[in-house]
Amino acid sequence: MNLRDIAFKNLLRRKAKALFVLAGLAIGVSTVVALISFVDAMTQNINHKLEKYGANILIVPKTENLSLTYGGLSLGGVSFEMQEIREQDLTKIKSIKNAANVAGLGPMVFGVVNVEGHKVLLAGVDFKASWILKPWWKVDGTIPGEKGVILGSETATVLGLNQGSPLTIKGRQLIVSGVLKPTGSQDDQLIFMTLKTAQTILNKEGLVSMAEVAALCKDCPIDAMVKQISDVVPGAKVMAIQQVVKGRMEALSQFKKFSYGVSIVVVLVGSLVVLVTMMGSVRERTEEIGIFRAIGFRKSHVFKIVLLEAGFISAAAGIIGYIAGFAVTKGAIHLFSESGGASIQPSLELIGGSFVLAVLVGLMASAYPAYLASRMDPNQALNAI
Amino acid sequence: MSYIRAEDLSKQYGIGDAAVMAIHDMDFTVESGEFVSIMGESGAGKSTLLSIVGAMTPPTSGKFLVDEIDVYGLGSEKRTDFRREFIGFVFQSFHLVPYLTVVENVMLPLTTVKASKKRKRALAEAALDQVGLTGKEDRLPSQISGGEKERVAIARAIVNDPPVILADEPTGNLDSATSHEIMGLLQRLNREGTTILMVTHSQDCAAYAERVLRVSDGRLIEKDEHRTSNEKQTSTLGTFPG
Repeated sequence: MNLRDIAFKNLLRRKAKALFVLAGLAIGVSTVVALISFVDAMTQNINHKLEKYGANILIVPKTENLSLTYGGLSLGGVSFEMQEIREQDLTKIKSIKNAANVAGLGPMVFGVVNVEGHKVLLAGVDFKASWILKPWWKVDGTIPGEKGVILGSETATVLGLNQGSPLTIKGRQLIVSGVLKPTGSQDDQLIFMTLKTAQTILNKEGLVSMAEVAALCKDCPIDAMVKQISDVVPGAKVMAIQQVVKGRMEALSQFKKFSYGVSIVVVLVGSLVVLVTMMGSVRERTEEIGIFRAIGFRKSHVFKIVLLEAGFISAAAGIIGYIAGFAVTKGAIHLFSESGGASIQPSLELIGGSFVLAVLVGLMASAYPAYLASRMDPNQALNAI
Repeated sequence: MSYIRAEDLSKQYGIGDAAVMAIHDMDFTVESGEFVSIMGESGAGKSTLLSIVGAMTPPTSGKFLVDEIDVYGLGSEKRTDFRREFIGFVFQSFHLVPYLTVVENVMLPLTTVKASKKRKRALAEAALDQVGLTGKEDRLPSQISGGEKERVAIARAIVNDPPVILADEPTGNLDSATSHEIMGLLQRLNREGTTILMVTHSQDCAAYAERVLRVSDGRLIEKDEHRTSNEKQTSTLGTFPG
């Protein structure tokens, strides 16, 4: 027989009260677990989706000229004859500190060519990277090989070409593999082919005009990545497309703030449930505590009994709360992830965290009732006679 | 020197116009191994006196000493330790903890004592044996009779072998036959050397004591009423195992 036995037996005797405290805490913990798991899963999901919005870093050749184009309207001054970037320099991007955050790298080479009597902008691209960088692209047809091209929708209309049509560019016989559906961007007015073919046609072997980078920046500062890329590609100007980056961060930050706010409120409500129930329990046990004190239990012993009871319940609530929160998130996450891309995995940190949170909240909320119990006058036992 | 000494004990509740003197200048002594009953009408101050003797209510003035220890000179927690080591309480309403078994109730005063569970249980079983409750260790208080509950309360009071037992109306809730059993039990414990102070209304119960302290209106009106062996009642039912 020790203080632990007394605490445990009292809990078994007052099952309804113990279950009420357990439920209050478990709901609090499960809500926190669910919110954190949900935010985590959705963060990954959002990051994944945001990647689809395209590149967020541009690598262009250094130039003294200012761009004179706006919204697709050219006012002159744009030159593709500027010094270009060496393709091999781009391979160094794989060695930067945050290389793991580079989701896609799309080198592009540009040049003006004559097709069927029209001047058209030719773009050589890495089609594999393009699907990451321009996920909104939809092509009627197939991905071209060395002898194929994809036409922008306007280009196809102007040139009167369809999928399967032959065309000649600088004496080279090519075939239209597909036509890009309208994108509402400058891509509609271009002819796309593989980087290699374009470099050969434009006599720009080993050179690229620009490159787009999709950086996954959940855990990295975008500015640091820009600096790292600048360092390894010295002849280029590296720019972050701040709008996209800031937008990503803002969305995640708001989401997190909201969930933390809700978590704090839920934990406060849970601790109030514990406080009120433990206060009631202590009041009900006036006589019993009086007997304990009368027969020689010190104040600290009584304090410890109440805290042990709270500790037992809280520990159980931590475990139950984690399991419930995880299960709820697992079940609910598909409702919020249209593509089904979000998923959660059990996290040791979260298991430990929810256990510690439950025990801390339970003990802190029970400290005042335990203090009141320990201050109880042993005379109350005798006076109750 | 007497084992228990009360010197000019007074206890006042409230202040100003609301002040009530529960006890006035009480002086008495109790020798080690004595069986003393405290008698008086309701509101006479018996419970306050017992509470002071039980190291639970500090007097407003005066001194209370047990075995030369100035009980109210001790700090609050030291006084708690004193209670645990020196005093066994027997309450009128038994005051057993309902969710603990008989043996666990008896083990309660040993809870904070450093000893193995096995040792504590052995001591509790020995105390239960002394009061004749062997075989009922694992029952809950709700599963035993009133007389048995009182015996459990006595076993709890003696389990850590305190030199003094304070009993407050120990037979107040019992029928006549069971009352005699309980009084016989207390008498036997007294014969074995335990000092007993018992508050009672009952002349029959008081007759088991060697001496009566009579209290009226918070004053001790008689403290030396010794009984001869002929006057002292002896339990005819007081043959318990152990």
